[in-house]
Parts: sequence; C-alpha cells; structure tokens
Amino acid sequence: MILLNLYLSFAKVGLFTFGGGYAMLPLIESEIIHGRGWLTVREFTDIVAIAEVTPGPIAVNSATFVGYRLAGVLGGIVATLGVVTPSVVIILALAMLAKRFENSTGLARVKSGMRPAVVGLIAAAALTVARVALVDLKSIMMAAMAALLVFKVKLDPILVLAISGLLGAIIFS
Amino acid sequence: MDSRFATDSEPSENHRSETGGPARASVAALFWTFFRIGAFTIGGGYVMVPLIQRDIVERRGWIDRDSFVDVLAIAQTAPGPLAVNTAVYVGYMLRGIWGAMASLAGCILPSIIIILVVAALFDQISSSSYVQAAFAGIRPAVVVLIVSAAIKIGRPVVRSRVELALAAMAMVLVAFVRISPALVVTAAAIYGLLSRSISGNGGKDA
Repeated sequence: MILLNLYLSFAKVGLFTFGGGYAMLPLIESEIIHGRGWLTVREFTDIVAIAEVTPGPIAVNSATFVGYRLAGVLGGIVATLGVVTPSVVIILALAMLAKRFENSTGLARVKSGMRPAVVGLIAAAALTVARVALVDLKSIMMAAMAALLVFKVKLDPILVLAISGLLGAIIFS
Repeated sequence: MDSRFATDSEPSENHRSETGGPARASVAALFWTFFRIGAFTIGGGYVMVPLIQRDIVERRGWIDRDSFVDVLAIAQTAPGPLAVNTAVYVGYMLRGIWGAMASLAGCILPSIIIILVVAALFDQISSSSYVQAAFAGIRPAVVVLIVSAAIKIGRPVVRSRVELALAAMAMVLVAFVRISPALVVTAAAIYGLLSRSISGNGGKDA
C-alpha cells in the first residue's frame, strides 16, 4: 500500500511541475510533508541538499531519496517511476503529434516563435545559476578559468566540470 | 518532427554527418549517452543542456541544432524534469518507444544508484568540507557552460531583430519577472503562429 501511495503521490508531483526541478520542490513539500506527513521539514531540507550535490535531475533525486527513506530500495525505485510517468506519457504524446504535423506551415510558425524564446530561457537559467554561483572574487576567477577552457581550449564540458570540482576542493576548503 | 531524424533506412554511421542526414543511433548508444549525461548533471536540468548538446548534436550528429531547440521548447513546456523530458523526446525521435525507454533509463539510473548509495551515508557526505568546496568550484563552471550553450543554440536561431527581441523578452520574463517558462514558450508559440515576419524563411528549418 505504501508503494502504491508513493507511486501516486510522486506521479502527482511530476504531473504538476512545470519549468524544471526547483519548481517541483514546493509541490513535494505540500504533497509529501503537509499532505502525507511522510517527512519532517528538517528531512526535506536534507533532501534538497543531497539533490543539489548529487548528479541527476533534482526531482528524480528527491523521489528516490524519499521513497528509500519510507520503503527501502523498492520504495526509491517506485517513487522515481512515479515522478517520471507523467513526463513520459505527455512527451510521447507531443512527439507523436509533432511527427504527424511535421510538414505543416502552422507548426513551422509555432517553432519560429518558440526557438528564440528558448534561447532566452537558457540565458535566464545562466542568470539564475550565476546569482548563487558567482558570489566572490574566487568564484568569478573560477568562472573565468572555465570560460577559457570552454571557449579557447574547447574542452569537453564534463572535463570542465571535473577540473572545476577538483580545483574547488583545493581552493575553497 | 523533421524528416532528417534517423530512420531505419539511414546508413549505419555513428558519427556526425553535416551533409547527409543524421547518424544512426542504436538503442544501446542512446542508453549510454544519456547515462553519461545523467551522471554529470549536477544542480538541476539546465546543466544538462550543454552536455546533451555536445554529445547528441555535435559529437554524435543525431539531431541538428534547430531540432534540438525544438526539443528544448517542448521539454520546457511539458510538465516534469527537463532532463527526463529531453531524454524521452530525443530517444523517441531517434528510435521510437524503445529509444525513449532506453534514454529514460540511462538518464535516471545514475541518480537512482547514487542516491541509494549516499542515502545511508548522507550525513558524512553533505558535511564534508571537501565535497562542499568542490561544488563551490563547479557552480561557476556551470554558469559558463550554460552561457556557451545559449550562444551555440542562439547563433543559428536568433537572426533578426524580432528574434533578438523575443529572446531578450523571454530571458527577462523568466529571470526577473519569474514567469513560468511553460507560459513564455506557449506565448512565443502563439506569437509565431500569428506572425509571418519573424524570420526570412517563414520559420522553416534553415
């Protein structure tokens, strides 16, 4: 029963979250803490912290973590499947629809409006991350170094992240 | 979506092909590509944008840049995590339902494994000053990677003043006014549908 409830609760979280992982956190808070009473606020804060310092989408991390706390490994897997189910269904439906209308001029026009907006959204994401990432001279110099590696050396992004992490562990600790 | 996505009739070639259609993506290759991306997406879905662009658009040549922007538009308009939406869409475009499932599994498996491992050791890990310092070092690099993705994606897409204005408006609305990205993308789509003058080629792929 707990597994079914976990699945349904996280499917609800997945269904009503628009705009990326952080938008999901208030929803998890209302559903899991206040709605179900499955977690305390303190535990929830821990989960946000762990989701931030581990790879993967924050929503997926949170679901796995909450599920694991409540019902072990199986709980973690069930909660994760719950959170991604709405995405999978909706995205597949949209992809099939887009394929069907791939040659329509209407869709071409829709795309012509969406594309520049998406570029703006990515720039907005950079600004949002910059607010918490670039906080002092050291972090700005780290960004300058990363810019050199990305734009001049043309290093693989994953290598840039790995190097920055190593340097950060030396510089900031 | 676009006819140049890989189909079964495409020649099997696992490298970028600027001129002749996309490279063929196997289900296993989709899984491993998204596994790699999932393992390095730290701090939310947008970090994944430069990684996915590098792997899927530039290195593998599975989809072109314009189509990648369309994928991002839909991934941001639909509910759910951006990384998951993008993985499912790209997988479906390239290899149908099985491609979607392989990409999804690849994308979320690193998270599940890592979270299950660290959930038990959480207190030691999160309070380690080395771990925190490493992430303080990674965050500035993340800003740079996202900026570079915006430039790469923006260059072929933002070609006119109207397009520049649309991009700038979207950025301001989301970053400062805090309007939901889904609303912004929807509004831009409606504007595109009603307007004929956004780009010289009527919004067709270049």
